[in-house]
Amino acid sequence: MEGKMQNLDMKHRRRQSNTKNVSLTIGIVLVSVVLFFVVVGLFWTPYEPTAMSAALKNKPPSLLHPFGTDNMGRDVLSRVMDGAGTTFIISIVTVAIGLAAGTLIGAFTGYYGGIVDEILMRLNDTLTSFPSILLALVFVSIIGTGKYNIILVLGIIFIPSFARVVRSEYIVQKELDYVRNAKLLGAGDLRIMFVHILPNTKPILLSAITIGLNNAILAEAGMSYLSLGVQPPDASLGRMLSEAQTYLLNAPWLALAPGLMIVFTVLGFSMISENIQK
Amino acid sequence: MRYYMKKIISLIMVLFLIMLLTFIAFQVIPGDSAASRLGVDAEPEAVEALRESLGLNKSLPERFFSFLGGAVRGDFGNSYQYSRPVREMLAARLPVTVGLAVISILMIVVLSVPLGLLCSRKEGGVADRVITMVTQTLMAVPAFFLGIVITLIFGLALKWFVPGAYVAPEEDFGGFLRYMIFPAVAIAVPKIAMTVKFLKTSVLRELKLDYVRTARSKGNSERAILWKHVLKNALIPVITFMGMVIADVLAGSIVVEKVFNLPGVGRLLITAISNRDYPVVEAGVVYIASVVLIVNFIVDLLYQKVDPRVRIK
Repeated sequence: MEGKMQNLDMKHRRRQSNTKNVSLTIGIVLVSVVLFFVVVGLFWTPYEPTAMSAALKNKPPSLLHPFGTDNMGRDVLSRVMDGAGTTFIISIVTVAIGLAAGTLIGAFTGYYGGIVDEILMRLNDTLTSFPSILLALVFVSIIGTGKYNIILVLGIIFIPSFARVVRSEYIVQKELDYVRNAKLLGAGDLRIMFVHILPNTKPILLSAITIGLNNAILAEAGMSYLSLGVQPPDASLGRMLSEAQTYLLNAPWLALAPGLMIVFTVLGFSMISENIQK
Repeated sequence: MRYYMKKIISLIMVLFLIMLLTFIAFQVIPGDSAASRLGVDAEPEAVEALRESLGLNKSLPERFFSFLGGAVRGDFGNSYQYSRPVREMLAARLPVTVGLAVISILMIVVLSVPLGLLCSRKEGGVADRVITMVTQTLMAVPAFFLGIVITLIFGLALKWFVPGAYVAPEEDFGGFLRYMIFPAVAIAVPKIAMTVKFLKTSVLRELKLDYVRTARSKGNSERAILWKHVLKNALIPVITFMGMVIADVLAGSIVVEKVFNLPGVGRLLITAISNRDYPVVEAGVVYIASVVLIVNFIVDLLYQKVDPRVRIK
């Protein structure tokens, strides 16, 4: 009986680790494919993303133009590669801003606690109860649209979520023996915070970064779709979707190519982050 | 009672804070809104007269309190762009956004619970694996892209509705509902996916507890255990989660209104931002923020109703 139970348990575990590996693999494959397009797109695209041609208006996908051409005869594949690059760069810089500022704030508030921590966390709770797109809209209506403004706006909006994750990790870690030992050895607070504790927050930060990248990609696409993000002539995935909607009847590939690019990226990152968390 | 008082006072304080922040936010915008409205070569007298009529020449605290007083009465002044009271413009758009939100939330509630339970009844079973895979994929689809796909499939290919041809509820309520179903699906589907996942985790956590074993040993059927015992407890964290979902539904409607060409508050807000029509932007922001706060407030009250443990804290 005992052995049978164990056997079942093993089977269950094996199945679990199997599905885990499968979804991690799918996630990595999806993200690699997307990254391949983006990285290649930074240096080379099949056609000039802005090259127009009157003869090639709204042509369906073909061998020469795998994703078809748009209403101005531009090659959609080239534009998706270019636009995905813009979306990715914006997302990465956004997450970098949120991560850097959020880690600093989270480290200090989590390590020291006290009244500043209390006030900042109440502010954090209030801010995070609002949908991020609403905050983004308020900021954008104040400082204006455009590539750099959207990076700044999203970066600021992402600070609280990183700060919260880092803070709660510091609260746990600062009570652990290795921190006490370091203190006994005479290490200063700053050294403990950034040399001793910070490396131990890596797993949590990694998963926060992948989730953050997803949110940044979705936020940038949403804002650009509303014409409040990246402005022409810059292409971004959201911008392309918004332009594609007018030609949905005659040229559905215009919307599907950038849209599926977003879906694959977000799905890939979410599968990876779920497996990091476990 | 003290719990309620504390909650109400903190709600009022946060609302006040939101108004203050919104007010300050639109004061720090560089440039004088009177001068920018009249153009660069306007007469200084004309600018001064407009500042006077807009109340821009008063001191900051004075202007804040008149803004606050107006906001409490729902009066946000006149739109710069259309010279109409912002209140009227907002009131005309409200039924669309509220209708959209209500239909989406109904869909989320009605579909998430049975799907979530179906998943957790046999963890690792076929239904669970299929639903998990589908929900994970759907969570990655932004509502506006889903809206475009729905327009493509149900609007253009199957012709179940005419894309962009919004029907006002006063004209034809049935037609209004028929049109609104499609944007509501676009908003609801990713949220259903999230809620199913959340509910499943919550049910599985409950199923491991002792009272479930007790209920089982008393001879209850699995179905009775799930619906009568477990669901009640598993739904407690879901209530908080739903508060977040409702806020997200409102945010999602800002974008989806554009996809389906709906004349809602979100569209009003976006146009106002592009036109720098600040009274309208302020009103839209205060309105959405207040709804989010009040929803969270109601969720808190519900939460302590179903789980008296939180009252002690």
